[in-house]
Amino acid sequence: MMHLTPSDIQAIWLTIKLAGVVTLILLLIGTPIAWWLARTKVWWKRPISAVVALPLVLPPSVLGFYLLLAMGPNGPVGQFTQALGIGHLPFTFWGLVIASIFYSLPFMVQPLQNAFEAIGERPLEVAATLRASPLDAFFTVAVPLALPGFITASILTFAHTVGEFGVVLMIGGNIPGETRVASVQIYDHVEALEYMQAHSLSAVMLIFSFAVLLCVYTWRPSAKRVG
Amino acid sequence: MQGIEARFKLDWQTFNLNVDLHLPARGVIALFGDSGSGKTTLLRCIAGLEKAPEGRLIVNGAIWQDERHWLPTHKRGLGYVFQEASLFTHLTVMGNLLYGKRRIADDQKVSLDQAIELLGISHLLDRKPDRLSGGERSRVSIARALAANPSILLMDEPLAALDLKRKQEIIPYLERLHEALKIPVIYVSHSADEVARLADYLVVMEKGHVLASGSLADTLARLDLPIHLGQDAGLVLDATVVEIDSSWHLARVAFDGGSLWTHDQAFSIGKRVRVQVLARDVSLATEIPSQSSIQNVLQGVVDAIADDNHPSLALVRVKVGNVMLLSRLTKRAVASLGIATGQAVWLQVKSVALME
Repeated sequence: MMHLTPSDIQAIWLTIKLAGVVTLILLLIGTPIAWWLARTKVWWKRPISAVVALPLVLPPSVLGFYLLLAMGPNGPVGQFTQALGIGHLPFTFWGLVIASIFYSLPFMVQPLQNAFEAIGERPLEVAATLRASPLDAFFTVAVPLALPGFITASILTFAHTVGEFGVVLMIGGNIPGETRVASVQIYDHVEALEYMQAHSLSAVMLIFSFAVLLCVYTWRPSAKRVG
Repeated sequence: MQGIEARFKLDWQTFNLNVDLHLPARGVIALFGDSGSGKTTLLRCIAGLEKAPEGRLIVNGAIWQDERHWLPTHKRGLGYVFQEASLFTHLTVMGNLLYGKRRIADDQKVSLDQAIELLGISHLLDRKPDRLSGGERSRVSIARALAANPSILLMDEPLAALDLKRKQEIIPYLERLHEALKIPVIYVSHSADEVARLADYLVVMEKGHVLASGSLADTLARLDLPIHLGQDAGLVLDATVVEIDSSWHLARVAFDGGSLWTHDQAFSIGKRVRVQVLARDVSLATEIPSQSSIQNVLQGVVDAIADDNHPSLALVRVKVGNVMLLSRLTKRAVASLGIATGQAVWLQVKSVALME
């Protein structure tokens, strides 16, 4: 039953590559956003929070549709990429990466924001009184204390990107080795009435998802410790 | 210029701070007042953890804040002990101690061992903070601040979060610091006992304003504004143990103006102690008392007389040698004895509280 065809394996590899790249980029983008949201007191942090959380409630097809327009030949992003000589992003791997960054953003930002908020001001004030500049304190105090948050956020982002389907169909279509990720491959199998193939790949996804959530719940700190 | 010049103005919706202080460059400066009096806010302004829009702060000649400058906390070279120990939970005790030490220039490094030794934490270095008792955490946080070789140490009620037993455990270490440190220590407290034990200089705060500021002896001797450390107005004297009468379990402590007998607490000759003499425990006589149960008799000159908090009572300030003592008398006693400023009197001191 667990027989995977070469194209299944290709789809799985592509999925892992996509999720890995998106997680790395989101660690770089999401960390400053989460840090800012956790510490700022300005009123317009609320609309920003809402925008970050939008992908949680928006149908992926809606998000994909807007991104398709933006990245298309007449969209602002499309014009920009054309001007840079990159061409058009839709139906490419990097188009998928950009779409996934939007799609998975809240899964990176929210756990990190919670982790930073849980640390509070005090450890950073202590660091400042011990001669650490704000950047120094961020890397030597905030990041180590928020480490469980970083791990949770990375796992959730990775897993959520693996599970994406609607946005991929809108932006990426179904190009083997370029945009045909595992979820699309399963859809193809079912369309083609290849239920055994769909079974195998679905089972892989199921086991993966369970393992990921198990990791998240294991890593979640059981109780907040204070010194 | 040595010393600390601190002027801050802060207008928050629920709280105003308006202070203008000149503080000495050495010794323990106590910021004393009830909660809500602004002492912690003032300390945070000095540390740069709070930014008063209007302020001027000059520490030993260095400008930390004025109209044009604002030095961020991490460049001020200070030490700060928070009310909760606030140790870094991801580091061991040693990691906490090294955090500040690693960030100062090599030539400024004082011995880390000295901080470890002063606070008696050498057996704790490999532990994580969650495996320390409350008192141990406090000691580590004080040592951590000292290890970064600060030019001034700010302490925000370091004992407030501890129970009585833990307080008793820490206070001897603070008294050792008092003797060993050559830097000014600004110590925020609402505990009269801690102030009486540790302070050299007293700043009394109320509702964001400074009520009184001066050396401990001068401030406690003020009659216009009797400062109560604890139950009653009274003075605190620095004294030295000079004689021990082991048959009666008494010790004689000498201060700058005389000496007093007190309970012997297994002292050794030469030990420095602090004693508190409350106004209600001092009575006056115009002739030398001959037959009395009171053993401690001093001679002095009446310096000033003022009304006390009840219309029947007066506070009399008497100069004994180089120190002032306060005595509470009824106004009738003042009148019938004919006590007046400039008059020589004998003081009978009924009880002396040792700050031990």
